[in-house]
Amino acid sequence: MSANSVINFVDAVAVYNGYPALAGVTLSVTRNEIVLLQGPNGAGKSTLLRACAGLMPVIRGTANVLGYDLTVDRESVRERVGLLGHQNGLFGELTIAENVSFWSTVVGASTQERNAAMERMAIDGKLAGRRVSELSAGQKRRCALACLVVRRAELWLLDEPHAGLDAKGRDEIDRIVKEAAASGATIVVASHEIERAQQLATRTVSLVAGQVRDSQ
Amino acid sequence: MSMSVSRIARAVAAKDLRIELRSRVVSNQVLPFSGLVMIMFAFALDNDDVLQRVAGGLVWLATLFSLFILVQRTFAVETYDGALDSLRVAGVNPQGIFIGKSVALFVQLLVLESVLFIAAIVLYRVNVNGAGAVLLVTCVMCATAGLAFVGTLYGGLTAGARGRETLLPLLLLPVVAPVLICATRATESAFRSSGVTVGEGWPWVAVLAVFAAVFGLGGLLSFGSLIEE
Amino acid sequence: MTTEQLKLKGVGTPATRVYGLMALVALGWVLLGGLIFTPEDAVQGDAVRIMYVHVPTAWVAYLAFIVTGVASACWMIGKKHSLGFDRVAGASAEVGVVFMGMTLLSGSLWGRITWGTFWVWDPRLTTTAFMFVTYIGYLAVRGLGGTAQQRARRSSVIALLAVLEIPLVHFSVVMWRSLHQRATVLSPDGDIKMDGLMLFTLLFGVFGFSVLFAWLVSHRQRIMAMQDAQQTSALDVAVSERLNEARA
Repeated sequence: MSANSVINFVDAVAVYNGYPALAGVTLSVTRNEIVLLQGPNGAGKSTLLRACAGLMPVIRGTANVLGYDLTVDRESVRERVGLLGHQNGLFGELTIAENVSFWSTVVGASTQERNAAMERMAIDGKLAGRRVSELSAGQKRRCALACLVVRRAELWLLDEPHAGLDAKGRDEIDRIVKEAAASGATIVVASHEIERAQQLATRTVSLVAGQVRDSQ
Repeated sequence: MSMSVSRIARAVAAKDLRIELRSRVVSNQVLPFSGLVMIMFAFALDNDDVLQRVAGGLVWLATLFSLFILVQRTFAVETYDGALDSLRVAGVNPQGIFIGKSVALFVQLLVLESVLFIAAIVLYRVNVNGAGAVLLVTCVMCATAGLAFVGTLYGGLTAGARGRETLLPLLLLPVVAPVLICATRATESAFRSSGVTVGEGWPWVAVLAVFAAVFGLGGLLSFGSLIEE
Repeated sequence: MTTEQLKLKGVGTPATRVYGLMALVALGWVLLGGLIFTPEDAVQGDAVRIMYVHVPTAWVAYLAFIVTGVASACWMIGKKHSLGFDRVAGASAEVGVVFMGMTLLSGSLWGRITWGTFWVWDPRLTTTAFMFVTYIGYLAVRGLGGTAQQRARRSSVIALLAVLEIPLVHFSVVMWRSLHQRATVLSPDGDIKMDGLMLFTLLFGVFGFSVLFAWLVSHRQRIMAMQDAQQTSALDVAVSERLNEARA
């Protein structure tokens, strides 16, 4: 397996409550790619992203991410992977600034990195002092992304990142993704926004019924 | 980029306490509830002498009832928007999370117990002075540390998935029984109830200290496994 | 244990048949000895015969507790995390809970007959009650779902925490009860003068119940292995159904 391989799944099976959400996924992603993951609801896109982050056990097949064998050890890979799931992982009673500050501290980012992330996601200034529970869905999403950005992960896994954002917000996401790829990260995006994501992505992978249908 | 356990712990504890200050769940919900429990004990027992004798036990019982609420609250904060999941995904050292949340729970419990002891002094007419006060403070510190560790540990297991919260009392009650037994005896010594001397309370505090040490260490080692899916 | 081996013969093996028979003989003797051949006690009369059930079941309850703890530790320490250890831990806990219940029941009845109370705060009985509730909690945690390895991980941690907790409970209760110095008998069997036959029957009972425990646990863990194998087969079916979904 080459040093360039970021994700290497061969016939990977992952179950959730006995149901094979991934029924045999074969997928290969190399460094610096931006991969769009598309497919109908229930195809297993979220499960695949969670499996890549080491959150879900892969019980059959091969699953290597960044050189770690996930069937043996799911935990060591997590430091190097960033996942933005359906939930934002924020604390409602804290302000944006406090949320991003907390995440920066626990992952060891510097103050400059934190401020830069907030600026890029356009949540600095007056907005930073508002409590997360009072924000709109789009603003919460941008805050969650800022918390992801400070982690400087090598592999980004984004589950419907555009959802709930206005056009400006979506453009911002695309810009962040491109910048991250330019600085060496690999990105996998699951999205229903096919036209926009296809402009962004270097490759598209279709997932149907827990398997990869085709990949262009 | 991995952070030291102490920095993570400080950030988590500060975060939890700040959330508590903003949402005021302890001061506005838990304290009135436990104050009411103390009053209802008086209704049920209806005998000033009996109340004075069992005051120590009643304070710790009221603490235990409120412990469940506090534990569920501290983890509801994490699971509400998937923050605990995000902490796991980010590879944040679970030991840091365990210590941080235990410290925050410790502080909240201390606030609760202070109010309960004041209520006991007022409602049940016990009093404490000199050597008894020293015993009482030490007892409270050790018992609260034990409760905070155990609450965080089992709270982590029962957080999240639906239907799991109901498991918390079943798992937690047998484990906190030694704390109830020892803390009550030590408190009775501190209050000099029924002619017990202060000196007799110290062996009980020793057991409380052992309990806290055992579950502090046990928790450090196991918390990561219990919050894992 | 492969699926093929399990399919063939049910859960017994020649070895289990041997010690199953041993358990039957031993318990048969205890039944006869306990009810007929041994003398009644000078103080308690015929009530002492409950001892032949109560003491061995208490012993087995503690044995089950130890076996679950050791098996959980073995699962955790082994590099392969062999699921066999986890199954033994679970089987031992299930059988153990039954024996703990029997201990509490027999102890309660014995107390009722000898002193007129259904419960005494005897350290051994109280600790057994705590063990009972703790293991019910352990079994509830085993039922939380997920893959077999996920279940094994959670359960082994809970079992090892229980190993830390139970001695603390016991010690606290012993200290507590020593405050209430009802000098003479803290437990029904404290005061019994045992003659040779009584002692022999008692020890034989401990032996017999232990062998019964081993027999029950080995059968139960084999059933668990079959259940796990069946789950795997069901998963195979589910996976191929899902694969066909895509082709449709």
